Amino acid sequence: MKRHLLEAADLDRDDATLVLDTAAQIDQALAGREVKKLPTLRGRTVVNLFYEDSTRTRISFELAAKRLSADVINFSAKGSSVSKGESLKDTALTLEAMGADGVVVRHSASGAPHRLAHWVRGSVVNAGDGTHEHPTQALLDAYTIRQRLGRLDGVRVTIVGDVLHSRVARSNVGLLHTLGAQVTLVAPPTLLPVGVGSWPAEVGYDLDAALPKSDVVMMLRVQAERMNASFFPSAREYSRRYGLDARRMAALPDEAIVMHPGPMNRGMEIAAEVADSVRSTIVEQVANGVSTRMAVLYLLLGGSPQ
Amino acid sequence: MTTYLIKGARPLGGAPADILVTDGRIAAIGDSLDATGAEVVQAAGLVALPGLVDLHTHLREPGREDAETVQTGSRAAALGGFTAVHAMANTDPVADTAGVVEQVWRLGQEAGLVDVVPVGAVTVGLAGERLAELGAMADSAARVRVFSDDGHCVADPALMRRALEYVKAFDGVIAQHAEEPRLTAGAQMHEGDRSARLGLTGWPAAAEEAIIARDVLLAEHVGARLHVCHVSTAGSVEILRWAKSRGVRVTAEVTPHHLLLTDACAESYDPVFKVNPPLRTDADVEALRAGLADGTIDAVGTDHAPHAVEDKESEWAQARPGMLGLEQALSVVIETMVEPGRLDWAGVADRMSVRPAQIGRLADHGRPIAPGEPANLVLVDPTARAAVDPAALASRSRNSPYAGRELPGRVVATFLRGTATVLDGKATR
Amino acid sequence: MARSSDPARSTPPGSTPGTLLSPADVARVVDRMAHQLIERYARAGGVGDDDVDPGGGRGDGTAGLSDLVLVGIPTRGAPLARRLAARIEAFTGVAVDVGTADITLYRDDLRLRGVRALEPTVLPDGGIDDRLVVLVDDVLFSGRSVRAALDALRDLGRPRSVQLAVLVDRGHRELPIRADFVGKNVPTSRAQQVRVHLTEVDGVDEVLVTEEGNR
Repeated sequence: MKRHLLEAADLDRDDATLVLDTAAQIDQALAGREVKKLPTLRGRTVVNLFYEDSTRTRISFELAAKRLSADVINFSAKGSSVSKGESLKDTALTLEAMGADGVVVRHSASGAPHRLAHWVRGSVVNAGDGTHEHPTQALLDAYTIRQRLGRLDGVRVTIVGDVLHSRVARSNVGLLHTLGAQVTLVAPPTLLPVGVGSWPAEVGYDLDAALPKSDVVMMLRVQAERMNASFFPSAREYSRRYGLDARRMAALPDEAIVMHPGPMNRGMEIAAEVADSVRSTIVEQVANGVSTRMAVLYLLLGGSPQ
Repeated sequence: MTTYLIKGARPLGGAPADILVTDGRIAAIGDSLDATGAEVVQAAGLVALPGLVDLHTHLREPGREDAETVQTGSRAAALGGFTAVHAMANTDPVADTAGVVEQVWRLGQEAGLVDVVPVGAVTVGLAGERLAELGAMADSAARVRVFSDDGHCVADPALMRRALEYVKAFDGVIAQHAEEPRLTAGAQMHEGDRSARLGLTGWPAAAEEAIIARDVLLAEHVGARLHVCHVSTAGSVEILRWAKSRGVRVTAEVTPHHLLLTDACAESYDPVFKVNPPLRTDADVEALRAGLADGTIDAVGTDHAPHAVEDKESEWAQARPGMLGLEQALSVVIETMVEPGRLDWAGVADRMSVRPAQIGRLADHGRPIAPGEPANLVLVDPTARAAVDPAALASRSRNSPYAGRELPGRVVATFLRGTATVLDGKATR
Repeated sequence: MARSSDPARSTPPGSTPGTLLSPADVARVVDRMAHQLIERYARAGGVGDDDVDPGGGRGDGTAGLSDLVLVGIPTRGAPLARRLAARIEAFTGVAVDVGTADITLYRDDLRLRGVRALEPTVLPDGGIDDRLVVLVDDVLFSGRSVRAALDALRDLGRPRSVQLAVLVDRGHRELPIRADFVGKNVPTSRAQQVRVHLTEVDGVDEVLVTEEGNR
């Protein structure tokens, strides 16, 4: 494993499998226990450096670190020196001086974790940077798929929605490809980046054509405001062409599952009856997020400082 | 005034000759010249070129003297072999009045290392809404001939047309920063495979090409002179080639960094590589080299853009665009054009001195190396190679994209109207 | 007790240099350890006359064995525990519960050793509360693995008692820990390395002593 987890490409197939296997062992070790706490990272300090509001991701990382007995410091942009204009570099040097063993960073600027990794000695974990990547989300998604379907190799995953602005999509395309899954992207052409053809994924515009050939459908959050920039004409038209409703869900193979990284826009990209159906893994994804992040923290911080 | 005898230099890479410089002019060129009392400059193996002329320099004074001053930028220019630089108008206050351009011009005179030629803003405050007093700037002591809103595109087509027409009265030229603003809102890097992967908002080539296409048609229509700043795409080169074939009075420049670097540099997310227009693809770099070689692109313009450390040591999106260029421009041209055999030394003189001087209407610069001509000269050792150390640069800023990169060519001496501004590779003041 | 007349102490060195136990030796030692465990636990589930009264008072001679759980410490303690259980069943007809407890996340020397893949933690249905746990490991050296295993057990439940069985005790303890059942005591120097190989993991049964230095 590399020292940092900045993007899916930091994990080769063996590394990614190790993370998933570790998460599975942690899940098993903690299953049914009253005290869901391990002493593994006692004495280590993990800083959650969140420049963007994301309560769910922060809580997930916080819980993961605490279950491994690490000391956790939450450093959010609001109410700290960050909001007074302190630069990322100065913040990094401060954390460095305080002896952070790991920095979990969420930032609205793509590449901010890469910059941070230049300035701190501890391990940097990207918890979502701009429209770049969100690698632990991809790991927990892969873990969820493997848990439900028993495998990843050859699994057909269709990712639907605002690929252009989605860090989740970028990380999932990379990681799922690494793990042997076949990824298809479905979106209106305006929400696919120029250059998407170089990604290891099929690209299509027709959701109905893709569904019968999907073992997994991953719906991405679509912000209605995008229509103001003419990415699509209206929320209603988007929902009609690219939303997953019960009728479309019926076109899926029997064992297929429906995923969503959250937070959902019910009625926009996903209908309530789909989100609440037995195919939906949305709640499992949240639970799996904790064990997957425990695995990442253990593998990055558990060993020697080198 | 010191008389210099330059011994054994090769004018434009030709046969070695001695060059006698006296009273600001080239007095004689010949074999084994002897001049008692002259200071001898040993120049065996060095190539002599006319002093380089930059059409595109940001000196940051007034307003951002923490990033660069006329003094420090002039020194960087002299060390890069330049004898004249055009100082862009996007200072604070903006150089959109005779007062500001005269201030910059005077600061250049005081520094005395290169001719600092102010560029005037096309529109008031670079706001793109109404014309600045172009005629007043032309008539000022600074004798402004090049007008540009560089950093911003003159996006309004009607305004651009009027600007092109208006400067005809004093043989001016509009230097356009070609960037359709609606297509580049929030843009961070070249739009393509890499931007898709890096999650950085794309700057499409079409946003540059669309403006160049529009502007060459406007220039043709009104019979005006148009200069295109920092051409960066293969498509732009094609449009320029087409326009020139139709006789449009258009000229264009390419930066050193667009001749050498590609969008692959962005993969580090190191904002030292963030620049506007952005670094493009290998295919674009190849087209730019070909365009410079065949003359479709007239000149190398550095777009030397100093930035303070805090404006670059940040997240990519927060960083200001731009990179240093004056001190490595000639080296990059040697690396990308001379060593591969795409441009000879006469060609280097043409693209880095003669044509930019013509575009800027600078009578004393870009002249032949011949007796009676102004002694604006640079002596370069073309074989010396060294790694670039940003800390050793004369610029007040450190944002060189070439840090650690080994490049050929060392400027040994520069003469501005017979005065040595650089000797033994060191600035004289 | 049998430990005082441990026949393994007199086992001659194996045929190959450095071989401490041959495949046949390993089988013999495992059998003997199984017998020791039976002897200890088959009577009223005793953990020793001085220890906690196991209660129960079952009269069939194997009652204590049904309370026994052999918990192997991965990697090689796990198959060793299964083998001991199989031999106990062969000798007594009683199927003994077996589990594994991965201790990696409990180690206090991760910084020195680096991270490694985790192995399963599997306990019998019903857990280990009020059971008679015997931790099973291949080599007892510093005692740190056992300490980690005791910490892990504490999080996994509350056994009535915990004892320790190891195939090889090589000495050099760094903690006040001793084994209750030892297959073979091997005096070593710190510089030496003791390697236990088991068919399930390594394809062969053997115990080697090499001079490669500490791991």
